Order: sequence, then structure tokens, then C-alpha cells
Amino acid sequence: MSTHNAWEERPTLVGRLGKGGTLVLLVLVVLFPMWSVVVTSLASRKTIDAAGGMVVIPREFDPSAYLSIFSGGTVTQALWVSTVVTIGGTAVSLVLTTFAAYGLSRPGTLWHRPLLFVFLLTFLIAPGLVPTYLVVTGLGLKDSLWSLILPSAVSAFNLVVMRAFFMGVPTELVDAARIDGASEWGILFRIVLPLSKAVVAVVGLFYAVGYWNAYFNSVLYLDSSDKWPIQRILQGYILGGQSPAVTGNVPINLPGVTAYPPSLAVKMAVVVVTVVPALVIYPFVQRHFTKGVMLGAVKG
Amino acid sequence: MTRSSLTDPPGGTLPRADRPAPSTVDSTVRMGFTQRLRRDWPFLVMTAPAAVLVVVFHYVPTLGNVIAFQDYNPFLGDSAVGSFLASPWIGFGNFMVLFEDPAFWDAVVNTLSITLFQLVFFFPLPVFLAILLNSVVSGKVRGFVQSVVYLPHFFSWVLVITFFVQMLGGAGLLAQVLRQHGFEPVAIMSNPDAFIVVVTAEGVWKDLGWGAIVFLAALAAIDQQLYESAAVDGAGRWRRLWHVTLPGLRPVIVLLLILRLGDALSVGFEQYILQRDAVGRQAAEVLDTYVYYQAIVPQQWGVGAAAGLFKGVVGLILILVANRLAHRLGEQGVYSGK
Repeated sequence: MSTHNAWEERPTLVGRLGKGGTLVLLVLVVLFPMWSVVVTSLASRKTIDAAGGMVVIPREFDPSAYLSIFSGGTVTQALWVSTVVTIGGTAVSLVLTTFAAYGLSRPGTLWHRPLLFVFLLTFLIAPGLVPTYLVVTGLGLKDSLWSLILPSAVSAFNLVVMRAFFMGVPTELVDAARIDGASEWGILFRIVLPLSKAVVAVVGLFYAVGYWNAYFNSVLYLDSSDKWPIQRILQGYILGGQSPAVTGNVPINLPGVTAYPPSLAVKMAVVVVTVVPALVIYPFVQRHFTKGVMLGAVKG
Repeated sequence: MTRSSLTDPPGGTLPRADRPAPSTVDSTVRMGFTQRLRRDWPFLVMTAPAAVLVVVFHYVPTLGNVIAFQDYNPFLGDSAVGSFLASPWIGFGNFMVLFEDPAFWDAVVNTLSITLFQLVFFFPLPVFLAILLNSVVSGKVRGFVQSVVYLPHFFSWVLVITFFVQMLGGAGLLAQVLRQHGFEPVAIMSNPDAFIVVVTAEGVWKDLGWGAIVFLAALAAIDQQLYESAAVDGAGRWRRLWHVTLPGLRPVIVLLLILRLGDALSVGFEQYILQRDAVGRQAAEVLDTYVYYQAIVPQQWGVGAAAGLFKGVVGLILILVANRLAHRLGEQGVYSGK
């Protein structure tokens, strides 16, 4: 963006080295742990034993840890649960939030102010853990996957971000459609939403990340372990000291594959599959971040 | 004023209800309730489902906080409402139990210490990062660094702590390297004295980049001519930073500071509950984990609700005070009767 201005001093050598060094360090601090985790997940037992644990320098490509976690069993089941909750939850959240954001985007409509207030007040008042727990269990959601979705289905922050975006759609367009006889539903689907793809993408990402990352609600509400999401399983492996049940039904006729992958490699493979969804969606939505964050900050 | 309200004749040739609804307030004042309902019902239908969910999962529990004044017993009724109606009222009994529990005050002290520590050692870092990134001339380099440092914001706490444990924990990479070179590995992740530094480092790793976004946007809004005039007047780069950049960032800094102060009693929940077992209650118990371990686990609902209510009320007061303070200092504040 900014080129060197005539009135600016020439950057000093120390300044440039300091800046460059800081940026390199920041990038390394973020990327190095991820690198080491990926390399360890693909390492053989021999390499892991030689390194005494985490591996930094890749020596071979042994996918047996991944074959093991995808061959059925706890991790496969947990990934399935997390995927269902993330996709289903994001769909529910996006539909509810989009409708409410549009419903609240025209000041002057009936009950507009009190309804908006209902959502905004949630920023100031936090209900507390105990009554929330009693309400969720009282509704019979204990041990149901809905307990991971419904309590957090509508985020007032995301609603405000979307509403601000909808209010920015040119009034002329909306009025013209209305004069042509379009209903509010038609206006939302044919005019407002096509112009709001960016905000839908960002809000969708926020919701999806929230559902994929949720850990504690599963501790509170889910008793049966076959309903546990991947974060819960990862927590058990890394922080709870449990060992992954390394299955022996890995196809060993593939080259470079060992029948019983080392437990550390399996754990690191679980870390990798937990990170991957974020990495996959991230580039598509990243360019909209600033807009999304700022809309919420300015109009909230 | 919108186009439609300017072009439509005041009386209107069409019956009001059939007229295209104006996109802003203007003419609605003159319409009756039924007319407005007939015109606006789609908006109400659209808003209703989300509003119902917010009422059920936010406002009902908020009202449910009154069990803080009860000896709530879930076995007294056949439903949550039934138990609520049947449970005896005991006034401030739960609060007495709470305030006499030293563990509660430990949790309050821990929470406030962590908030204070992070205000000093975490809060300013995104400002520095934003200024640093803003001064990078190459757009490509800046874009790459931004992509990398924003990323950990999207990791769960389970993942962030996993990365820290695998790098710095007792069986992590650092301990391995130390052991191989004949040193005694230092316990970082399970040392109660280091806990406050560790949780702050985790927070920085996760959210430093994300926190810088807001400041970057504020920096982009600073008029470039201010820098040029300052330079022409003889201000060097540090004086321009002090007299142009920082004043430009001030409103955002104050806004975020208020939000953080209003949230002084919440330092996050998952991050602490995930590490409490490894570090121990003495250092890692914060208000939210206290509620979980003292109320939900042993099912002492009344005391837990009392602790939650205490936190909610103090938090509300804090944010109102901080906001008023900001107004008094001539800043915009978080909200202002819109």
C-alpha cells in the first residue's frame, strides 16, 4: 500500500533488522509447534524413540497413525459427531440469525426497538452457569446433541454484525423491489442476501468455528461417550493422560505402514485432524475479517 | 429522509396499508396498530424464532438466578419449575456460606490477579503489533504475517493448550532437548507459580494477531497528511508515533479497555478448567471454575447460583461504571442510548 514518502526518513539498519526479526519470530512461534505436530504424526516408532518424543526433522512418511484413527473406533466416531454438530448447528444458527437480522434491519417497524433491545441486553447480562445448566437439563436436553447447539444458537454479536450489513443495502434497491410488489421474503432472498455474501460467509465461519471448538458443553451435558465431540477426545488424550486405543486393523500391505502406530503419533494425528477444518475454511473467509470485525465494533 | 418519503404525497393516493412500506420511521407514527401489524408481520415472524431462543436460554436462566435465595432441591418436584416452586426460600443464606468459604475468596483473588496481569502484559501487545504491521512497506509480507498470526484465534482452547503441553510440558519438546543435553527439565506447564505467565502466554499466542485487527483498521483511518505535516514541522518518527499515531488509536484503546474492565471477573473458562488438574486449585481456580467445582459437581445449586449472581451483578456494575468514566473523559464509550 504505502510506498516510501519523500518526507519520511530513510529506515535505519537497526530498525529494519528489529522489525524483520520480530516478524520472523512471530511467524515461527505460531508455525513451529504446528510443524512439529504434523511431522510427529507422520513419524515411525523408530524416529519417535530416537527423538525421545516430539519430532522436528521429518525422516519418513508413515500414514499409519491416520489410518488407525480413521479405521473406526473412538476418534472416527467423535469426528463424525463434531461434523454433524458443526454443520447442523451452523445451518440452524445462520437461518435464525439471518432472519432476525433482516427482521430488525428496518427501524420504525412494529416493536422494532424492544425486540432489538432483547438481543442487545444480552451483551450486558450473563445468566450464570447454574441456572443455565438447570434450564438446559430441565428441557430434557441432557445427553442430547441439541445441548451443544440450542443454547448457543443465536449470538447477539453475529446478529448485530449482520444487521449492520443489511442496513447498508441501498434503500433505493429495496424500495424499488417493494414497489414492484416483492414481499419482504422476496426482498431478503433476491436482493439483500445476494448482496451480503461476505457477511454471511464471515458469520457462518464464526458459528462453525464455535461449534467445532466447543468443549465444555459436552462435559456439562453429555454422559455417553459415543456422543463426545473431537475436542473432548483430544482433551482426554493430551491432558487427561488417556492413551488412544490403537487399532490393529490397519492395512499393513501398504508400503511404509506399520501395524501398530506409536501412541504419540496417533495423538498428534488427532491434533492435526482437529486443526484441519479451520485451516481449510480459513483462506476463503480471511479477506472479509476486517469488515466483519469492524461492523460489529462500530455499530454494536 | 428516504426517496420514497420525499416522493410520496403526504396523504397518499393508495390506502395506507397497501402502500409500499417506507424503509425508515417517518410515516409509521400516523398508522394504527392493526395497520402496522398487517404491514410488518413478516419482520416479526422472521425475528421471533431467534428471540424465543434468546429468551429461553438467556433470560429464563437470568431470572432463574433467584434460586440463589433458595435452598434449591431438584428432588422436591417432578420438573425444574416444580422443584423451584417447592424449594424453601432462605434469604441470604447461600451468600453467607459463599462469603465464609476461603476458597471463594481465593478464586476472586486469582481472577482479579490474572485480569490485572493481562492488562499490563497482554493488552498493549496488539497495539504494538498493529503499529509494527502498519509500518511494513511490502503488502505481500504484511499479508503473509497477518494470515499466520490471525490463525490461532480459530483454534479451540483444547488445541492451544495441547500445543503448549507438547512444546513446554513435562513430556514436551523443550524437556526432551534439555534432557538430551544433560539438564534437568523445568516444569513449566504444571508449576503453580508460573501459571499466571503460562495462561497469559497462551492468550497471547491465540489472540495477539486477532486483537491487532481493530487497531490496524483504526491506523488506516488516520489522515496521512497529519504525518506529512508533522514531518515537515520537524517531528521525527518517534514523535510522529507519539503525537499522531497514538492519539488516533486512543478511542479504540479506551473502548477495549472499558470492555476488559467490565469483564474483570471473567478471564475465560475452558482455558482454566482444562489446566486446573495439572496446576492445582490454589493457582488455577477462578470464579467460573469455582462455580463448576463447588456447585455443579457436588450439586449445591443454591450456593453456585449465589456465586454466579455475585459475579453477574459485580460485572454489570463494573461495565456501567467504566462506561460512565469513559463518557466523563470525553470518549465515546461502549453504548450511548441509541
